[in-house]
Amino acid sequence: MSLEPFSSVTSAAVPMPRNDIDTDQIIPARFLKTVNRAGLGDQLFFDWRYLPDGSPNPDFVINRPEMAGRAILVAGDNFGCGSSREHAPWALTAWGIRAVISSSFADIFRTNALKNGLLPVAVPPEELSRIASILEAEPEAELTVDLEASELRLPDGSAIPFTIDAFARRMILDGTDELGYLLAREPDLEAYERAHPPPVSTLAAD
Amino acid sequence: MNDHTPNSARPRTIVDKIWDEHLVTPGTDGAPDILAVDLHLVHEVTSPQAFDGLRDRGLRMRRPDQTLATVDHSIPTTDRSLPIADEIAATQVSRLEQNCAEFGIPLHGIGSPHQGIVHVIGPELGLTQPGMTIVCGDSHTATHGAFGALAFGIGTTEVEHVLATQTLLQRRPKTFEVRVDGTLHPGVTAKDIILSLLSRIGIGGGNGHVFEYGGSAIRGLGMEGRMTICNMSIEGGARAGLVAPDDTTFEYVAGKPHAPHGSDWEAALDRWRALPSDEGAVHDRSISFDAGELTPMVTYGTNPGMGFPITDRIPDPEALTDANQRDSLRAALAYMGLNPGEPLLGKAIDVVFIGSCTNSRISDLREAARMLRGRKVADGVRVMVVPGSTEVKRQAEEEGLAAVFREAGAEWREAGCSMCIAMNGDQLSPGQYSVSTSNRNFEGRQGKGGRTFLASPLTAVASAVTGRLSDPRALL
Ligand code: SF4
Repeated sequence: MSLEPFSSVTSAAVPMPRNDIDTDQIIPARFLKTVNRAGLGDQLFFDWRYLPDGSPNPDFVINRPEMAGRAILVAGDNFGCGSSREHAPWALTAWGIRAVISSSFADIFRTNALKNGLLPVAVPPEELSRIASILEAEPEAELTVDLEASELRLPDGSAIPFTIDAFARRMILDGTDELGYLLAREPDLEAYERAHPPPVSTLAAD
Repeated sequence: MNDHTPNSARPRTIVDKIWDEHLVTPGTDGAPDILAVDLHLVHEVTSPQAFDGLRDRGLRMRRPDQTLATVDHSIPTTDRSLPIADEIAATQVSRLEQNCAEFGIPLHGIGSPHQGIVHVIGPELGLTQPGMTIVCGDSHTATHGAFGALAFGIGTTEVEHVLATQTLLQRRPKTFEVRVDGTLHPGVTAKDIILSLLSRIGIGGGNGHVFEYGGSAIRGLGMEGRMTICNMSIEGGARAGLVAPDDTTFEYVAGKPHAPHGSDWEAALDRWRALPSDEGAVHDRSISFDAGELTPMVTYGTNPGMGFPITDRIPDPEALTDANQRDSLRAALAYMGLNPGEPLLGKAIDVVFIGSCTNSRISDLREAARMLRGRKVADGVRVMVVPGSTEVKRQAEEEGLAAVFREAGAEWREAGCSMCIAMNGDQLSPGQYSVSTSNRNFEGRQGKGGRTFLASPLTAVASAVTGRLSDPRALL
């Protein structure tokens, strides 16, 4: 699967100032029975998004009409903790999110996001609070996540630098994927396998 | 050892040693290392899209002999002779069967005597061994670290990478030493050690690190207790957690179906004995505490780091200075229907779930049955006991444990993930409280609107008997 090349996104933000948003909230487990990647946008944040009677919860942020089309999510600390489900970035990108801003990300979520062209933008906690207050004062404010420049630009003209794993950054900017890179290392894989017989064989009779 | 080791005289941690041994190509020019995978475990939920990826590219599977599949997450834990009623789950299971047949992967499907939760069957079959790299599209892969393996969860795109190349692009993680010395008091278990660690460091405390658990209390645990601890490493944000192998490890592995035999066994022992971190090896972070100070632990909130000694009272969000933390605790207590200052002991509960890759092994069931023997489940409480594997189920039936559960009024079910993740219809109703031996208490984890108290099997049994959240020390 090759990705759409990506260098920068400018958008108003979806504010979700809550710490430790786990992947069970991003997409509840009962939606993992799918065998596809596509079509998970409707299930994003499902249990926060819909009331028990199935109607949209008017208090939940992404149900507000003005949120439609926004591509940047601003969350609290430690976004994406918990389950390794890649369905979480699939659901976020299917809804239209291209970048999540937080003060930290869970490791597996960060990896999964980068493999799907979704940018996990980590900023220092005090900058995250500053962004949250800007958005509170001016909910329509547009942010720019510039991957090429590795900076997040705020409406007041200030810029916050961020780091994305150098290799993943190159892959996203070019729209290439990592499997191609690995497959091109075939001679290395063969050399390793010649020198290291596997410690177990699952095909051996047990 | 290895040409790629920057300085072979430098004392190395066990993580360094496993890493160096599995380095296919060191990362150059900003690229991550390429790391070889010894064992890839596959289940029905996180694999179908990865197999589709292989097919789309016309790729073959590189090492079916280093891959093993089973079904655990979405399958029913009721009568296995019936077809799966949930059509979407049935499709997922049959898709895995087709994929395994097409790519030549051994599968322990429904009906196999080795079917079970991936993290239970790997060790049970002797496939999990010290010094290995083990991955699975599942965050609790860290469980296998109990054997001194480097084992971690991956996403579906990475599952595809491993299917196609038996390698992964990875950066060397930092290490976090967790030292637990001293002796556990009766009624306090491995589960209480890990819940205590999580309450100390929080659920993001280990991000970017691998935990290395050590100290006399960890050494004093059996392999299954060590698995319980390593299992929940991810709940502290660490992708992996491990315990250096020792005689306890070797005894457990010996004689398992895939364990090395004869002269291979001796050679393996030599390799495994060289794995523990060298004297003077430096960890990036460390924490230590005394097992003798621990009491049974329970969670009160909506993540596994929100836990405390079972005799404590619910904390007050207003006492927190950080606004986001205050909001998180407020939201958690609102979801849980709990008030600041209130004790949890004595709280009426609806369901008890004994199972999951954290606490569903034979030693967990033995402990639970020992406490339950001669007692009855309280009226109105539903107790589900779900063995981690078909083999654990067989063993528990042979030892008479299943009879103890049934006679006490508990449900004795088929092996699987069950109400740990509530994908298969085993779930809480909105508002219900459960005491669960599983690993996650996130909102809706055990069913939409369901409220979970995580605890040890002993605390679960004590609560089942009284119908209220209870201190197991009173029933010893
Ligand atoms: S038992 Fe629970 S945590 Fe373990 S693999 Fe199954 S769903 Fe995941």
